[in-house]
Amino acid sequence: MEYILMFIAAVFVNNIVLSQFLGICPFLGVSKKVSTALGMSGAVAFVLVLATIVTYLANSCILVPFGLEYLRTITFILIIAALVQMVEIVLKKASPSLYQALGVFLPLITTNCCILGVAILVIQKDFNLPQSVVFAFSNAIGFGFALVLFAGLREQLDFSETPKAMRGMPIALVTAGILAMAFMGFQGLVK
Amino acid sequence: MNNNLKILVNGLIKENPTFVLMLGMCPTLGTTSSAINGMSMGLATTFVLICSNLVISLIKNLVPDKVRIPAYIVVIAAFVTMVEMLMQAYVPALYASLGLFIPLIVVNCIVLGRAESFAAKNGAIPSIFDGLGIGLGFTVALTLLGSIRELLGTGKIFDFAIYPENCGMLLFVLAPGAFIALGFLIALVNKLRKS
Amino acid sequence: MAKLESSMKNMLLSLTAIALIAAGLMAALYNVTSEPIQKSKEQKSVDAIKAVLPAFDKIENDTANGLNIYKAYKADGQFVGAAVESMSKNGFGGEIKVMVGFDAQGAITEYSVLDQKETPGLGTKMVTWFRPQTEKKKSLIESIFGFEVKTPEKQSSIIGKNPATAKMTVSKDGGEIDAITASTISSRAFLESVRTAYNAYAAANNQKPTDANSGATQEAKEGENNEQ
Repeated sequence: MEYILMFIAAVFVNNIVLSQFLGICPFLGVSKKVSTALGMSGAVAFVLVLATIVTYLANSCILVPFGLEYLRTITFILIIAALVQMVEIVLKKASPSLYQALGVFLPLITTNCCILGVAILVIQKDFNLPQSVVFAFSNAIGFGFALVLFAGLREQLDFSETPKAMRGMPIALVTAGILAMAFMGFQGLVK
Repeated sequence: MNNNLKILVNGLIKENPTFVLMLGMCPTLGTTSSAINGMSMGLATTFVLICSNLVISLIKNLVPDKVRIPAYIVVIAAFVTMVEMLMQAYVPALYASLGLFIPLIVVNCIVLGRAESFAAKNGAIPSIFDGLGIGLGFTVALTLLGSIRELLGTGKIFDFAIYPENCGMLLFVLAPGAFIALGFLIALVNKLRKS
Repeated sequence: MAKLESSMKNMLLSLTAIALIAAGLMAALYNVTSEPIQKSKEQKSVDAIKAVLPAFDKIENDTANGLNIYKAYKADGQFVGAAVESMSKNGFGGEIKVMVGFDAQGAITEYSVLDQKETPGLGTKMVTWFRPQTEKKKSLIESIFGFEVKTPEKQSSIIGKNPATAKMTVSKDGGEIDAITASTISSRAFLESVRTAYNAYAAANNQKPTDANSGATQEAKEGENNEQ
């Protein structure tokens, strides 16, 4: 039950993109087509869960016992960068078809702040390992949900006539704002 | 000197990270609920940009090409951690209100982007000016967006009351307001740049 | 100087060197800043205790119901009141931590919100909302054009109330405190933390606990008011 609540809270109430402002760059960058949005969501979900597990273990097994908490940021970002590289290499060898679907998105993920953001949030919120995994997974779903919804909206935007100055990014941002407003309706759903 | 000035202005206006390059959107939206928060975030990023640009331009020949990205990330992360510790020690209230977004300067695309596209190719002095210019451009954008959101949302700018608070549109302080305000701001900048 | 080649030896050497120098610098700065960081954290709690209590000379630490209590005494040993560090998990954005000060009779002297993650502009108003209404500062437009926008009257101050006799719940739930406009959940959580604080205070001083106790969970379930 606790996990289900956590899931709903992360996907709808505190959506990582629309109310926490993490992962805005890919949210705006790869949301022109629903198909690419799906690919990106898959890649993020994969790396996010993996990275959260590894950084969680690194934090509780190495950093905390040695009193090195102040090295957290630097350790986490290096772990994430290395992990993304490794996933890329393994995927290339093990499953070329999956690599083809996700490959182009992987290098972009290192600088996706929702990965580092979730890894740090998990530590700040004092979660245990299963909680962290559920939290990471729910946030990944929340990210994918927002991204795919937004991509669908943007595909329609291309056909509408917008004032010249609003074309492109500005109208996309306003649309994202309205989408965020819709998500505000979920507030209070889970306490 | 003239050349350095050009680099500075370039970062402020022609390559403004928020309005033109549209990089680093997470802190832009996440920390601008008030003018002072936006400005502090901008200044913290500026500090990291200047330091990382300087160090990277100095060590660029000592780093083999294949490992340059991880090396740059280590340098950037080191400076971010320093900012984090200094803010926690001397301005704890500000640190609390910016929260998660301080460690996230590491993954701000602006910092790594400038390291890769400018500092890795230029000398120390121009790199400092580039960091300063881009950083100030970012700070100006964040302060502007923060002021607009604070004014529309609560009737204040930098906590100075312009009109009564109960007449404000709270939406602009909340998450959706960030997207909408930034959208219209970029549209305005587009319009001004064209004419 | 020529650029170093991408040979294995060079790559390893340069990365290790950079990582070591970075770690060394950070460790040095950590040593310098760890003391001020610790101090500023302690200072925050000391400041909060001072802010919520009447003048005192010495503090005695105590715990009751799992909460930290700071009992304040005059130099001659007279008990002047106690500050209780309390919290509620039912805030709109999660935990709310408050420091509540009580005088020797159990009336609330002052409070201070230590930590909260409520919605900015709504729930965050709890920082000042539950104090007596103060004269509002005029905004620029109001002073230029010489008019005034009235704020509605509210009965929201908890200062001076004794939770043993006053009903410390929001008026919607039959209490005597007006909730923050559009933030009933935050207000309930805040008042819950105040009641928890009072119960700890009462337990530590053998006084009667508040009768509005344990109302919070029940109230929260009646969530038909779509606030916030």
